[in-house]
Amino acid sequence: METREVLFEYVLRLGDNALILGQRLCELLGWAPELEEEMALANIALDYIGQARMFLSYAGEIEGKGRDEDQLAYTRDVLDFRCALMVQQPNGDFAHTMARLFLMSAFNEQLYGWLVRSKDQRLAEIAEKALKEVRYHVRHSGEWVIRLGDGTEESHRRMQRAIEDLWLYTGELFTPDEVDQAMAAEGIGPDLAALKPAWQQKVEAVLREATLERPADGWMPTGGKDGRMHSEHLGHILSELQFLQRAYPGLRW
Amino acid sequence: MYTQGLDLVPKGEKPEAPKSEEEARLEAAFQRKIDEEIRIEPTDWMPEGYRRTLIRQISQHAHSEIVGMLPEGNWVTRAPTLRRKAILLAKIQDEAGHGLYLYSACETLGVTREELYEQLLAGKAKYSSIFNYPTLTWADIGIIGWLVDGAAIMNQVPLQRCSYGPYARAMIRICKEESFHQRQGYELCLALAEGSPEQRRMLQDALNRWWWPVLMMFGPPDKDSWHTAQSMKWKIKRFTNDELRQKFVDAVVPQAERLGLKIPDPHLKWNPERGHYDFGEVPWDEFWRVIKGDGPCNRQRMEQRRRAWEEGRWVREAALAYAEKRRRRQQSEAA
Repeated sequence: METREVLFEYVLRLGDNALILGQRLCELLGWAPELEEEMALANIALDYIGQARMFLSYAGEIEGKGRDEDQLAYTRDVLDFRCALMVQQPNGDFAHTMARLFLMSAFNEQLYGWLVRSKDQRLAEIAEKALKEVRYHVRHSGEWVIRLGDGTEESHRRMQRAIEDLWLYTGELFTPDEVDQAMAAEGIGPDLAALKPAWQQKVEAVLREATLERPADGWMPTGGKDGRMHSEHLGHILSELQFLQRAYPGLRW
Repeated sequence: MYTQGLDLVPKGEKPEAPKSEEEARLEAAFQRKIDEEIRIEPTDWMPEGYRRTLIRQISQHAHSEIVGMLPEGNWVTRAPTLRRKAILLAKIQDEAGHGLYLYSACETLGVTREELYEQLLAGKAKYSSIFNYPTLTWADIGIIGWLVDGAAIMNQVPLQRCSYGPYARAMIRICKEESFHQRQGYELCLALAEGSPEQRRMLQDALNRWWWPVLMMFGPPDKDSWHTAQSMKWKIKRFTNDELRQKFVDAVVPQAERLGLKIPDPHLKWNPERGHYDFGEVPWDEFWRVIKGDGPCNRQRMEQRRRAWEEGRWVREAALAYAEKRRRRQQSEAA
């Protein structure tokens, strides 16, 4: 692949992760356990949709085929999506929603924290804006992991279960493939493995405070970010996300 | 968004006559303040009827914001562009904020948010009937912004001068956001109006379904609204329901024309003598039926709110338990 193609693929991944996580959070509107959380979830969803717009617009420019953020978001099928398996996971109960948000945002915090120094100026600018947002997401979701972990018996059981269910999808985030390696070599993206210790430290500190057990690292699936083996969920997410653009192609909205 | 509940008084409830000389004196002083446009604040003396009316009105308004998130939330996962999705998310977030803000204003009158919310979930409290209609196509989101938020603004702008300070101040902030929502809604409608035949069909169909329910948002006609006189005397209200409805029709008919839309009312006609549009009779039977619980989505809306509340119970319990544990830990550390 040419550098431009690799960069396109890389930025697309950043955009798709934000888009699909944002879309998942959109599903929760009207279902929060309390009013303050209704606002927080809408706010976080809005942040991720905003990040998706910046990354996807940039990806479209890199590609140079005239595709804008919407054409990338709304007219690609499953095979062309490049989002991690983590963000595709269903909302589940509130423990799952918060555990997913925490594990993913804590990853993004490290990733964006590195990208602010990327040799790619545009990525650095987007990351700088997004970093402020994800720091808040980490704090907000981390507080919920602690509250639920150290709350009642029921909430502890649910949060432990959620962390265990989702732990499976943390491996992919830190497993570099040829795209990650090429970007790292260019100084555009980080060495993913090098981000892990700080993420692990953060996550383990929160789990400890939450009186939760850190799950063991066993086999972990990959295939989301490189699009080789998505989850079955993704097609359903896209069918809802893309409904209008698919039913009425080529219109302005 | 907005409440129409101004006049939806439980049967048999009437303003009470002053009981003693002392009360009569206080009430006269209270009315003088109102007449002199001095704001009433939470710690001021106020007649029980005034307090009750405000609690009812502000809580209905808060409930309307919270239930009003649902018909729009129905489209947030399917918004046709990322820009539209972001706008809709921000709007819904604003509405949750309005709800919180209004519940707080209501709490200054001596009720708790929990009590009010429980009343809503128990089906004892009213909210605007408009949210008991379904959002079937994307055009409904535009119509809600343009007309529902438009009607809300028409109602709420005078409420910025409401005699009760916390409510009036809440309205100032809320109105700013609503007018933003309305412009975005109109802009959405404009995109559809300038679009394909399918998009124009969606838009006209949405207008046909929402037009009368939107006019109902101003509350029952003045002749059936005995409560209006007292609310006007207390300067909670500044215009009657019919006055506001007329202002609204006059404002939106030219806007509809610019969109190339036909208002679904054969009696709608400019009356040069009155300087207003004449319009047909609002289907009031439908209004009362929906208010009493038999609208297309009353059950569905309440069911979602109840389910979300029930399914969130363990979360709220955990948050309380955690806060309690922390408090005890801090106490024992301090000891």
